[in-house]
Amino acid sequence: MSTPAHPFASRPTAGRKFENATFWFFRVATYIILLAGLAVFGDIILKGSSTVFGAFKSTEHFPYVTNTFLSEAPETLYVFEDGGVKREMGDTEYRAYRESRIASALAAGEPAPQFKSESYVYSAGGIWPCIVGTVLLVVGSMAIALTLGVASAIFLSEYAKDGAFVRFVRLAILNLAGVPSIVFGLFGFGMFVIFFDWNVSLLAGWFTLAFMVLPVVITASEEALKAVPQGFREGSLALGATKWQTIRSNVLPYALPGILTSSILGIARVAGETAPIMFTAAYVVRDKLPWDVEKVSDFFFQGVMALPYHIYVVSSKIPQNEYTSRVQYGTAFVFLGIVALIALASILLRNNLRGRYKW
Amino acid sequence: MVTTTSSRTPLSSPMETPADTPASRTFKVSSVPSEDDRADTLIEIKDFDFYYGTKQALFDINLKLDDKRVTAFIGPSGCGKSTLLRCLNRMNDLIDGTRITRGGVKVRGVDIYGRDVDSIELRKRVGMVFQKSNPFPKSIYENIVYGLRIQGVKSKARLDEVVEKSLRGAALWDEVKDRLHESGLSLSGGQQQRLCIARTIAVEPEVILMDEPCSALDPIATAKVEELIHELKKQFTIIIVTHSMQQAARCSDKTAFFYMGKLIEYADTRTIFMNPANAQTEAYVSGRFG
Repeated sequence: MSTPAHPFASRPTAGRKFENATFWFFRVATYIILLAGLAVFGDIILKGSSTVFGAFKSTEHFPYVTNTFLSEAPETLYVFEDGGVKREMGDTEYRAYRESRIASALAAGEPAPQFKSESYVYSAGGIWPCIVGTVLLVVGSMAIALTLGVASAIFLSEYAKDGAFVRFVRLAILNLAGVPSIVFGLFGFGMFVIFFDWNVSLLAGWFTLAFMVLPVVITASEEALKAVPQGFREGSLALGATKWQTIRSNVLPYALPGILTSSILGIARVAGETAPIMFTAAYVVRDKLPWDVEKVSDFFFQGVMALPYHIYVVSSKIPQNEYTSRVQYGTAFVFLGIVALIALASILLRNNLRGRYKW
Repeated sequence: MVTTTSSRTPLSSPMETPADTPASRTFKVSSVPSEDDRADTLIEIKDFDFYYGTKQALFDINLKLDDKRVTAFIGPSGCGKSTLLRCLNRMNDLIDGTRITRGGVKVRGVDIYGRDVDSIELRKRVGMVFQKSNPFPKSIYENIVYGLRIQGVKSKARLDEVVEKSLRGAALWDEVKDRLHESGLSLSGGQQQRLCIARTIAVEPEVILMDEPCSALDPIATAKVEELIHELKKQFTIIIVTHSMQQAARCSDKTAFFYMGKLIEYADTRTIFMNPANAQTEAYVSGRFG
């Protein structure tokens, strides 16, 4: 029998083992999540970056370099053999190439060459219209959501007296947060597209997406407003400020960082959702860019292409092959990048505000 | 400066003269009424009943507060003194479910709960300093001019003038004149409270309500605020709620003692502390309860 050297010597008891096992469980769980995250991002970055970075081309005029994947519209890809060389070309390039080959053959008195090509839809060109469409959808819907959401949060937390009505409104907002996004899509379709007769349009998409993120914006804005010390309001009112003067100059500025945090979450959601825009705003393909309109009012009543919907289309609506996967991952890569950029900009803005208003 | 008494011996009988009690011995209360003791009534509270929801907080308060004097409200926690103070500039309007069932408050003869009274205008005339100093997270300068800016004063010269005048008035000018554009939160606790006082006097109210202004301050900062109160009463009517009886004795002209939502006794401060008419008052000021 060994006697411990001192009273604090560690002894391997069952309790200790359990402690150790618990610690390892938590630790491993965290690592699994980390791995899953790395796998998702790694997969998309690995496969997607080659599409994006492989699309740089030199041009004859300024800025002398362009990225066809980021700056062109989707095209059909043609794969064919010419003179024993396998070539891949987008639609326009292929037509021009074929014309010039036939013309040069005729001029040389040779028989016109035969092109046996296979075509793959949407697998060439780029995703510029989708980027434009997504940015437009995000900016418009967040503008609507923030205006309505912050106004309603101010009303609920600063003006409304706690009662049955306010409790009912809060319950309604909470319920709204639980509605699946496809239901919002259906609602937007029935309400804006059919009943208001806006057709598939930016406006319909904006309102549908805005309604979808409103609960997030309202709840988070209310939290942010509540976090402003009551002393600021009382101090201001005691100096003879009106309610709105108090809110504008002594409550809202300090709640703004929190409101922005909520809108960052909202941006990621608005940019990423496919279901709400599927019926309301998104086109599978559209030749014209959104600013290519005759009158200003047409701008609001046009459908757009969007990144998440484009991923959906190229992943499920066309035959799958080695060429389509390039577009899928390339689009996903650009998509992640854009969401990250928008989020980064909001975070920088928020931190800037936070530094300015500290208490 | 007040020295704290180490022990509080219970009085043998309530009839014993309060001057002999340990608590009152440290007070510097002059026993001779001074010449300028006469004052006009500025605020008149009459038959005032006040409720938080269904709970009655104030019972039948009748009180006349003097112009250009310091009145102290004392009493144990929850006795309604802060509630009454907040009724005087209608700060209680901000709390849901508060109501007045009887009586009213008149300032210069005008019922402040009257239908045609704008609480915003009232609060410009009846300012308030809070228990927890609440400078806005802006610069010292912006804190002072806040009240003027919301009234639409734009002239830089006028704002500068008011800032200096208010900070001098709050005995803070010499300490902060070189850093007016630093955050008000960079000041010490006592300076923050004086900044709040400066901010209040910048809008030139008639009355300054102080809700336990020194409860979060150390003795030195407290002494500075009390000196300031002495200066301020030349220009302003001051009503101060305090938990410290020494403070009431040191800086007030009249004292009202509240207990359980009722006004127990209201008289000259020296009377309250030297010769209270009510046994409860006597017991409270001598430190036997509360």
